[in-house]
Amino acid sequence: MRVVAAMSGGVDSAVAAALAVEAGHQVTGVHLALSQHRQQLRSGSRGCCSVEDADDARRVAAELGIPFYVWDMADRFAEDVVDDFVAEYAAGRTPNPCLRCNEKIKFAAVLDRAQALGFDAVVTGHHARLADGELRRSVDVAKDQSYVLGVLTARQLAGAVFPLGSMTKERVRAIAAERSYAVATKPDSHDICFIPDGDTRGFLDRRLGAAPGPVVDAATGSVVGEHSGTHGFTVGQRKGLGITTGDQRPRYVLGIEPVSRTVTVGTADLAGVDEVGTGAPTWTGAVPALPFDAAVQLRAHGAAVPCSVTGDGDGGLVLTLHEVQRGVAPGQSAVLYEPDAERGDRVLGQAAVARAARRAPVA
Amino acid sequence: MTYLDHAATTPMLPEAVAAMTEQLARVGNASSLHASGREARRTAEQSRERLAAALGARPSEVLFTGGGTESDNLAVKGMFWARRDADPRRTRVVVSPAEHHAVLDSVEWLVEHDGAEVTWLDVDPTGAVTADALAEALGDGSDVAVASVMWANNEIGAVSDLAALAAVAHAVGVPLHTDAVQAVGQVPVDVAASGVDALTMTGHKLGGPMGAGVLVLRRDAECTPLLHGGGQERDVRSGTLDVAAIVGLAVATTASVASRTERAARVAALRDRLVAGVVERVPDVQLNGPPLDAVVAGGPGRLPGNAHLSFPGAEGDALLMLLDANGIECSTGSACSAGVARPSHVLLAAGADPERARSSLRFSLGHTSTGADVDAVLDVIGPVVERARRAGLGRRSA
Repeated sequence: MRVVAAMSGGVDSAVAAALAVEAGHQVTGVHLALSQHRQQLRSGSRGCCSVEDADDARRVAAELGIPFYVWDMADRFAEDVVDDFVAEYAAGRTPNPCLRCNEKIKFAAVLDRAQALGFDAVVTGHHARLADGELRRSVDVAKDQSYVLGVLTARQLAGAVFPLGSMTKERVRAIAAERSYAVATKPDSHDICFIPDGDTRGFLDRRLGAAPGPVVDAATGSVVGEHSGTHGFTVGQRKGLGITTGDQRPRYVLGIEPVSRTVTVGTADLAGVDEVGTGAPTWTGAVPALPFDAAVQLRAHGAAVPCSVTGDGDGGLVLTLHEVQRGVAPGQSAVLYEPDAERGDRVLGQAAVARAARRAPVA
Repeated sequence: MTYLDHAATTPMLPEAVAAMTEQLARVGNASSLHASGREARRTAEQSRERLAAALGARPSEVLFTGGGTESDNLAVKGMFWARRDADPRRTRVVVSPAEHHAVLDSVEWLVEHDGAEVTWLDVDPTGAVTADALAEALGDGSDVAVASVMWANNEIGAVSDLAALAAVAHAVGVPLHTDAVQAVGQVPVDVAASGVDALTMTGHKLGGPMGAGVLVLRRDAECTPLLHGGGQERDVRSGTLDVAAIVGLAVATTASVASRTERAARVAALRDRLVAGVVERVPDVQLNGPPLDAVVAGGPGRLPGNAHLSFPGAEGDALLMLLDANGIECSTGSACSAGVARPSHVLLAAGADPERARSSLRFSLGHTSTGADVDAVLDVIGPVVERARRAGLGRRSA
C-alpha cells in the first residue's frame, strides 16, 4: 500500500512508520503542524507541535529513507479541536480533544487529503489493534488508546493502519532503541497538546474570561462557595472545589449549569449514576440491533462496566449500567465494547454522554 | 532526478571545487605575520580583487561575510545604527515588503528592539519597485537612516532598476542597500555603475560554496559592525577569513559573471519552453512576476531561470510533494523553520490573493539544467495538477 505515516516526533509514531516500511509499504512521513504559534523547543510534557518535535520526526524519516513533509493543519485544528474544546466547556460539558482530533483531523482532514493525493491509508502510532475492520484494545491495556479511536467509522477505519496494537509500550521503545532512534527515550506526552503547561483551567480562563457563580450543595440547596467560571469544573471532580460545608464529608461535582453559572456538589452517595443518556451514536462497523448488552467505558482512563443498550426513541442511546459509576460527565464519550479477553475487547461504537441519572432512589 | 531549485542552491562549479580543495590543504591564517600567513593573505586578496572586478567594485569595498543572511543583517542594521548615531532624527527604514526574510526580519527586529520605524514601499504587480515609489516613500529623506530594495526577487524573479533607485535615494541623501543574491551572474550587476551604497551577494547561488558571501560596502558608507573581534574586513566584520571558501567564491563568481550572457540565453530559452509547455497542459495556470520577455534598464526584467506559476485549486505543497515523488525538485517559495509551507509573502506584497499565493510553485533553472529536465516536468505536470486539485486547497473555507 501507499501510506502516509503521521509522525508527531514521538517514539510511537516513529516505530509505527518504521514497521510500515518494514512491512513493505510505500511510506511517506507527514508531520502535522497543529499549533498556530509553534515554539522552537518542546516544553512541559507534550510531545508534539514544537519545531523540535517536527525535527525529531524528520530525523527518523531520514533514517528510514522515506520522504517527509509537514502538513499545516493548524487552522483546521484550531477550529475543530481547540474551539470545540472551549465551546464544550462553556456549555458545561467535558470534551475529549484527542478523540475530536482523531475524528476531525487525523482520520478526516489528513486521511481525505492523503487519499485524494493517491495514498491508501494513514498509519499512526496509536496503541490499538485493527484487523479485518475490527478495532480492538491494545495488548498493552495500560497504554490502550481504543477509547479515543472509538469515534471512527468503518470508512475511516478502512483508511487506518495501527501497527503497534499487538505490542507493549516497552517493546515499542525497545524497537526504537534497536534502531538507535534518538526518540527511543523521549518521554511520553500526557497533557493536552495545546495546553503545554497542563493548566487547563488557566487556559480556559484566558479563553472564556471570568464568569463567577455559586457552588450549591445538592442536599441543602445552600450556597457553599463561589467559583470564577463553570469551565473550571468537571462532573465527578472532588478536588479544588473551594467550598466550606461544615462537615468533613467529601463533595463531588454533580452538575454544571452554565446559564445560571451554578455548580452543584453533593456527597458520594449522590454522585453515583447507573443510567446514561447519549447523543447520536457512531459505529465502527455494522449498526447493531437494539437492544444489546455491552461494556461501556465512560472516560479515557477508566474501566469498562457492563451495560444494556437501548434506543431513546430520538436517535440517542440509553445505557443502563449494571454497576453504579461516579464522574460520568456530559461531553465525554461513552465507548461501547464487546468484551473479548482473547483477541482484545472490540470497539462497537460510541456516543457522547448527554445526561446521567440514578434510576433507583438513594437508600 | 530533475533538479529545478537552483534559486535555493545550485551545484558548485568544478573549477570552484578544485580551487577550494587545493586551498583547504594549505595552512595559514591570513592575519598571521609569517610566510604562511602572508601566502594565505595573498590568496584572499587576489580573490577580493577578482570579486571586485566581477562586481564593478573596488577591492576595498568587498567585505567577506558568512553569506547572504549575514550581509543583509550587517547592511540593514549596521547602516541604520551608524546613520542614526550620526543624526538621531534618522529613525526610518524604507524597504520593500517583497524582500528576503534576511532583510525583512532585520528591519522588524530594529522596529521591535531599537526604535526604528519602517515605511513599506509599494511593490508593482510584477514584484518590482519603481523609482517613483521609492521617491514617494523617502520624502525629503531627512529622517531616513537607510533604504533597501532587492536587485532581483528570489521568488518571482522581478528585477528592479537599481541605478534609477540609487539616483532617487541619493537625491535626498539616503544610502541604498540592495540584496543582489539572486542577481549576480544572472543579470548585469555593476556596483559602481548602479551607484548603490551596499550590495549583498553569496556564493552558493552561482556555483560557489555555502557559507561564503560578500557585502560590497562603498568606501564612504558608514556601517556599525555586528561582529566584534579581530578587526578584519575594514573593522566592519571581524573573524578569521575562510580563505578556501573565499577562493571558491571568487572562482565561481568570476566564472558565473563571465559566462552570464551565453548561459542566461540558454537557461531563459529552456524556461520559456517549460512555461509554454505547462500552459499547454494546464491552460488556466497563472504566471507570477514579470512577463518572460520583460526588460528593465536594457537588461532582463525577469531572472532568466525563474518560472513562478500558480495552479488554481491546487495547493503548492501538494504539487511539490507529488512532483518530488516523480523525481522533480522545485519549491513553494518560502517555508518556515518547521518546514510548513507558507503562502508567498512576495506574491501577497505584489497584490495577489492568498489562494493564488498558496497555489504557487517555483521552478528555477540554472547552469546544469537541460532540455530533459523540462521534458520531465512536462511529462507529469498534467496528472500531478489534476491530482493535487482533487485534494483541493485543504480548507473548507478560504
